[in-house]
Amino acid sequence: MKTGQLFEAVKDEANRADPYPLYARLRETPVSRQDDGIYVVSTHAAITSLLHDPRISSETLPPSERPRTGNPFSDWIVNPVKDHLTNTHRPFIFRDPPDHDRLRMAVMGQFTHQRVHAMRGRSHDLVADLLDKQSDATSFDLVCDLAYPLPVTVICEMLGVPPEDEPQFHGWATQLASALEPDNLGNEEARAKNIITFDEISTYMRGLIKEKRRHPQDDMLSGLSAGSGPGGEPGMGEVDLIASAILLLVAGHETTVNLIANSTLALVRHPDILARLAGEPDLAPRLIEEMLRYDPPVHFRTRRALSAIDIAGITIPEGADIVLLLASGNRDPAVFCDPDRFDPDRPDIRHFGFGGGLHYCAGAPLARFEAEAALVALAQRLVHPRLIDDPPPYRSGAALRGPMHLRLAIDGVAPRR
Amino acid sequence: MPDSSLPPDATPPLRVTVDLNRCQAYAQCCYAAPGHFVLHGREALFYDPAPSSSARLAIERARVSCPVQAIRVEDPERQGR
Amino acid sequence: MRSMDAERKNTGGHTVVVGASLAGLRGAEALRRAGFAGRLTLVGDEPHRPYDRPPLSKSALTGEVAPEATVLPNLHALAADWRLGVAATGLDRQAREVRLADGTTLSYDRLLIATGSRARSWPNPTEAGLAGVHTLRGRDDAAALRQALAPGPKRVLIIGAGFIGCEVAASCRALDRAVTLIDPGPAPLARILGQPVGEIVAALHRALGVDLRSRTKVARLEGNEAGRVVRAILEDGNVVETDLVVVALGAVRNTEWLSGSGLDAGPGGVVCNEAGHALDTEGRPDRAIAAAGDVARFPHPLFDGRPVALEHWGHAVAQGEHAGRLLAGEANETDYAEMPAFWSSQGGITIKSVGLTEGADSMVFAQGSPKEGRFVVVYGAKGRCIAAVSFDSARWLPAYAEQIAARAPFPPICGGTDEHNLTVLSPGFPEKRTSP
Repeated sequence: MKTGQLFEAVKDEANRADPYPLYARLRETPVSRQDDGIYVVSTHAAITSLLHDPRISSETLPPSERPRTGNPFSDWIVNPVKDHLTNTHRPFIFRDPPDHDRLRMAVMGQFTHQRVHAMRGRSHDLVADLLDKQSDATSFDLVCDLAYPLPVTVICEMLGVPPEDEPQFHGWATQLASALEPDNLGNEEARAKNIITFDEISTYMRGLIKEKRRHPQDDMLSGLSAGSGPGGEPGMGEVDLIASAILLLVAGHETTVNLIANSTLALVRHPDILARLAGEPDLAPRLIEEMLRYDPPVHFRTRRALSAIDIAGITIPEGADIVLLLASGNRDPAVFCDPDRFDPDRPDIRHFGFGGGLHYCAGAPLARFEAEAALVALAQRLVHPRLIDDPPPYRSGAALRGPMHLRLAIDGVAPRR
Repeated sequence: MPDSSLPPDATPPLRVTVDLNRCQAYAQCCYAAPGHFVLHGREALFYDPAPSSSARLAIERARVSCPVQAIRVEDPERQGR
Repeated sequence: MRSMDAERKNTGGHTVVVGASLAGLRGAEALRRAGFAGRLTLVGDEPHRPYDRPPLSKSALTGEVAPEATVLPNLHALAADWRLGVAATGLDRQAREVRLADGTTLSYDRLLIATGSRARSWPNPTEAGLAGVHTLRGRDDAAALRQALAPGPKRVLIIGAGFIGCEVAASCRALDRAVTLIDPGPAPLARILGQPVGEIVAALHRALGVDLRSRTKVARLEGNEAGRVVRAILEDGNVVETDLVVVALGAVRNTEWLSGSGLDAGPGGVVCNEAGHALDTEGRPDRAIAAAGDVARFPHPLFDGRPVALEHWGHAVAQGEHAGRLLAGEANETDYAEMPAFWSSQGGITIKSVGLTEGADSMVFAQGSPKEGRFVVVYGAKGRCIAAVSFDSARWLPAYAEQIAARAPFPPICGGTDEHNLTVLSPGFPEKRTSP
């Protein structure tokens, strides 16, 4: 396969279970132009460099354009206004400074360490309950029965979204997360679907925020709706508030699920390390960092070049689309010795599991605590877990990559410790 | 800081230093070990250089979760001089 | 992987490290890590194990950290003899001996000079001896200053608006002490960051409530009958009533003990070659001796080989480790090229720098803006990018560090995000200070 076609192969679902050999091929050219004009950045050094480069923009989402309805009032007045608002009030993951910084700071003002630590304890309880439900089972699906319900419950409680509404926005979250997949960006049908979903979830959020203003509680949405953070961070306008709330809900849905599922998969494939974690739970923090390196939830993010950039012997032209292949940087032998080995004792793991630079994952501390609670409990309570399908079936996304199901055969679930 | 104000206990404290050239205020340490790491303003990281050994796991979480690996810890009970 | 010359690898004998501070400690650890298995002695003039200085002007003054809590982590087993509380007083290179203040000598096979620098004291010794006149360099200085701040002095007078002076001023304001900050320059930090950035620092300190007096000097300090400082008379005739003075006039390198050793050492530091070996007065390297940290003056390859002596934390770590490997026979002769970098935090604002601003003839405000309180300034000299400084915008700095290392044209990055207009300004460095 030619270098210029490697990224096409990365997106091919046939390679979802193990894209790493393709990444190794891509790293032979740290920044390579693909046949479709995209520049793929695959080495640790080049990714680090671009994550900190002000010529890289995150404003990669194509403009919204709601489909024609045939109703002139909607088509000429209401929808153009909505399109304009959507385009100028994107969530901060798709914004550049200074707007990005202002919105992110307002959100982080609500993302307090007190709230995160409360969720840490809550995660332990939730995991214990979810595992108790499997006490008579001989097999279960780790994704549906644990990796999904845990983070979704946590993010709902943290934001203050009623958990009984979950079935309603589960589909919305999955649909909106597909915006991170590059092929959906260019696909008219997928974009139209995203716009409809965005309108639906916006309506839902607007109602919820109104409710929070009327009856504020100790949750992030109430805090954000009230207008200022505990440190006096300025509030945000209604449209930005809705966009931020949707971002947090969607991000809280998709990524931690993958982190827990990918980690469990790696642990079951490395029973020695799984056994070690059971007896040595203090290993968990290091193991999770290695996990974020070895098989991260987000494999790449897209950016755009605001002006020409000379890097690694090549010039990325102004306006070019760039893929930062984070999961490839994590396997770069120039930085990590024996990079394809899963080794929780590895020193100095500088991984891209949560990205880096201005857009470093806002929910990282929460994800770490959830993963720690889940993995330690799984290691200590599952009796002789085995993979029923290896490799497991994967969801379609190449960017947000993780198993759709992870069926485990077990000889029982030990009582909670 | 909680630990420097505690009465000296029998076990020696951990020793912590942060390379603040490298630090980019990702604040992961502040979540991992609140009180031992605190951001003042947007980027000024303040840290406890001598946390009690009872905070070992929290300090370990902070050390390993630092995206730029700027935190160095000496644990007198785990490593001889 | 570097090829190692087994012939020259130094695994035995006695290595003496003079200076038990950051550079000395990291140097000693690097020696051990590189396989040095011989005898190792660390000599320090203070009675303390190596400790971290950056908190001394910040959290140690505000009371958030006890000065004695700043002991540095030891990152590699040293198995060393510690000679603490005893200064080195002389060096005999023929006999390969270091003389110590207690009259003993230490013979060495390899020597690491990491004696650092000390605070420059107030030039009038009588006035400098008044009670209430402080300098700040060591941990004991910080403890003394902290104690003097506790009872709530009338007004703290800080002489010198460099980094230490500015940080002390901000810490005193955090304690709600009245502060006057005096400097002959046009603005605080202007000597290092240039006048436009100095003006921003001035505004920051004024907003903190510091009584900032630029372009003036203290002519003399006056004491009362009890020998306590009571006021300062300024050159412009103004009088500042004060009972606590902090003299922050920079540092003096500790090289006096090397006089007569035949090494090229003086107020500018210990002159070294590119690798970090000390040179004798004839310019020949003494391969048994390396220097590191504040005290070492070496030609920096990133800045056309200009001799520099850097008083930076990161430099003490990097050059200390380099010197340790060098003395262990592991480092190449010319591979020390660490990008200079430092940070400071004042009043909740973090200032970070990469490269060296010295000699800059132009500057631009790149990302952000002073109005928002966060920005990056980039400095150029003769059309090349030589330094970048961030105020609460540290995540952009690595990109500029790469441009500086690549000797990119100035300004190196155009058309970036959050860029306003890259108007080229003059840094307007004040004339070099000749006297306090």
